Amino acid sequence: MSSTAAETIAPLSGDNRPFAFRQFSPETLKTALRQMYLIRRFEEGAEESYMRGLIHGTMHLSIGQEASAVGSCLALSDTDQITSTHRGHGHCIAKGAEVGRMFAEFFGKETGYCRGRGGSMHIADVTKGNLGANGIVGGGLPIAVGAALSMKMQKRKDVVVCFFGDGANNEGAFHESLNMAAIWKLPVIFVCENNKYGMSVSTERSTAVANIAERAVAYAMPGVTVDGNSISAVAEAVHVATKRARAGEGPSLVECKTYRHRGHSKSDRNRYRTKEEIAEWVAKDPIGRFETELKDYGILDEAGIAAIRDSVETEIANGIEFAKASPMPDPSEATRYVYSD
Amino acid sequence: MSEAKTAGRELSYAQAIQEAIAIAMERDERVFLMGEDVGVYGGAFQVTGDLVHRFGDDRIIDTPIAELGGAGVAVGAALTGMRPIYEFQFSDFATLAMEQIVNQAAKLRFMLGGAVSVPLVMRFPAGSGTGAAAQHSQSLEAWLGHVPGLKVLQPATPYDAKGMLLAAIEDPDPVMIYEHKILYKMKGEVPEGHYTVPIGKALVRREGPDATVVASSIMVHKALDAAEKLAEEGIDLEVVDLRSVRPMDRETIIRSVMKTGRLVCVYEGVKTLGVGAEISAMVAESEAFDYLDAPILRLGGAEAPIPYNPELEKAVVPQVPDIIAAVRQLVRKER
Ligand SMILES: Cc1ncc(C[n+]2csc(CCOP(=O)(O)OP(=O)(O)O)c2C)c(N)n1
Ligand SMILES: [Mg+2]
Repeated sequence: MSSTAAETIAPLSGDNRPFAFRQFSPETLKTALRQMYLIRRFEEGAEESYMRGLIHGTMHLSIGQEASAVGSCLALSDTDQITSTHRGHGHCIAKGAEVGRMFAEFFGKETGYCRGRGGSMHIADVTKGNLGANGIVGGGLPIAVGAALSMKMQKRKDVVVCFFGDGANNEGAFHESLNMAAIWKLPVIFVCENNKYGMSVSTERSTAVANIAERAVAYAMPGVTVDGNSISAVAEAVHVATKRARAGEGPSLVECKTYRHRGHSKSDRNRYRTKEEIAEWVAKDPIGRFETELKDYGILDEAGIAAIRDSVETEIANGIEFAKASPMPDPSEATRYVYSD
Repeated sequence: MSEAKTAGRELSYAQAIQEAIAIAMERDERVFLMGEDVGVYGGAFQVTGDLVHRFGDDRIIDTPIAELGGAGVAVGAALTGMRPIYEFQFSDFATLAMEQIVNQAAKLRFMLGGAVSVPLVMRFPAGSGTGAAAQHSQSLEAWLGHVPGLKVLQPATPYDAKGMLLAAIEDPDPVMIYEHKILYKMKGEVPEGHYTVPIGKALVRREGPDATVVASSIMVHKALDAAEKLAEEGIDLEVVDLRSVRPMDRETIIRSVMKTGRLVCVYEGVKTLGVGAEISAMVAESEAFDYLDAPILRLGGAEAPIPYNPELEKAVVPQVPDIIAAVRQLVRKER
């Protein structure tokens, strides 16, 4: 926990289960696990397709960070908005996108979410309240504040969840955005996915504070650091922040400490972290951990887990087939969508 | 263009812009304005004036001094159903916000395959002549003119300042308006009520058979002055007001050059790689090439930052005598 006190949800007496198990129905928890699998298998599928030459360019995999994506979006509706990052596949799926249209986008197909014009770094289903991934580190922060200003001006009860990395917290845009969100008391939740590195540079080397949530103090908003590999811990912190935002009390900063198992992008030779460090974090995998909890609290058994896994396999396979079978955009339309028609 | 309702009423360029903002805010509750000191201060150039008292500080919003963040907030609001107008205090400060303008506002619609639009207006007080020196006097419209996804306008009169702003606010895409600081106090006829000036259309301000001057922003007035003086020598200029840097009105410019056979481009931004370079190349590539009786000339800003000293300041941007000399040179060549 950072220095700024944050509210927590007190368990009812006798109920010692983690927050998510007290707050959400078994159905919601099962869906959350399914989404985590879907993200993991989507990214593994994308990785494999990339190796086979079906995808070009680069991409940033979030394998190992599924709990922060799904935990943050767990209680959001389709009219709540998010802004995402270059490492945004998980956010996109957690906010309700279909993997078929995501694969299609990665394959550059006309049926993709961005009609093949955006690719991995701009993936979004706008109709589900995702305002877009972003190729610019820190690019989504001011946009999230603007979206939150819209929510306030339009007197909507919706909130904006703004995802960004530890690297982005040293951009000027981060500081300008938190300040404006605070002075105008806007309904935005800044979710920092601190995976310890911005490309190769560790937060120890890049960032003056030990916990990024400490920076909330400078903007007079609650700041809380949570175990980003615990879906329940993330969901709890975002739940508290969302309640505050919906009540018109302003923004919060939630820092999720997590780790990406893969390299930064396809070009990473992994020269800045040790095998031991990676192994240590792979052992803390958020999916395995959530599965164990679901079993411990009697929500799922092995057979139930296997059934979910199977249905995800089918969805991924169908998604890849859909993408493969989809048409390419017509090169004569390369300059379309620059302006409104 | 919607018909002007009343004639004969004069407003300054700044008042005309303010009137456009007020009309848009009355007509559409999604429209709001944000920027530095736009509230009780009234804006650095008094464009917003007392609007905050009329519309309240939740629609005329004072931002912190944070151009990158401010511009991005406007982008986010535009993406989610609002119609923001973002005022830069000086156009020079757009350098701090280039990320949001160029990477986000201009490209979001395209990157998302047409799934969103960014109905955003940004206003940029630009140009030299105020003694504000190198960091407060630039004309960087060509920078933004280079970016597909943006529309870039340069109104030269109070009438256009109002009509173009109203058109920009109603446009579904991001529109950047370069306002010339020296023009803010210039008066001109401005009809009451709502009207729009179409985006992307140049205007022939003066007809004449001898040579075409395509000028932008304040240079339109200098070109018209030059035309008056040249008329005394029997040279009859055609003056085209560019009005829109992107999209550029190819048709009007080419038609004029085919008629006169001579072209001078006059603009305040640095000459090299500036707006006039594009106009010249466009004409040279077009069917008007065969009609040219002389080389195309460009008069633009010197290869230097804008100096503080008033004489130096004048020396680095085209002046009326420069235009006269350039036209004489062109016309003489052929005679
Ligand atoms: C403005 C900007 N600078 C640099 C980059 C190149 N870049 C892309 S991702 C990245 C690291 C970002 O780190 P972080 O914010 O921690 O996110 P993570 O990759 O760890 O998810 C860098 C340097 C960029 N895309 N944009
Ligand atoms: Mg990082």
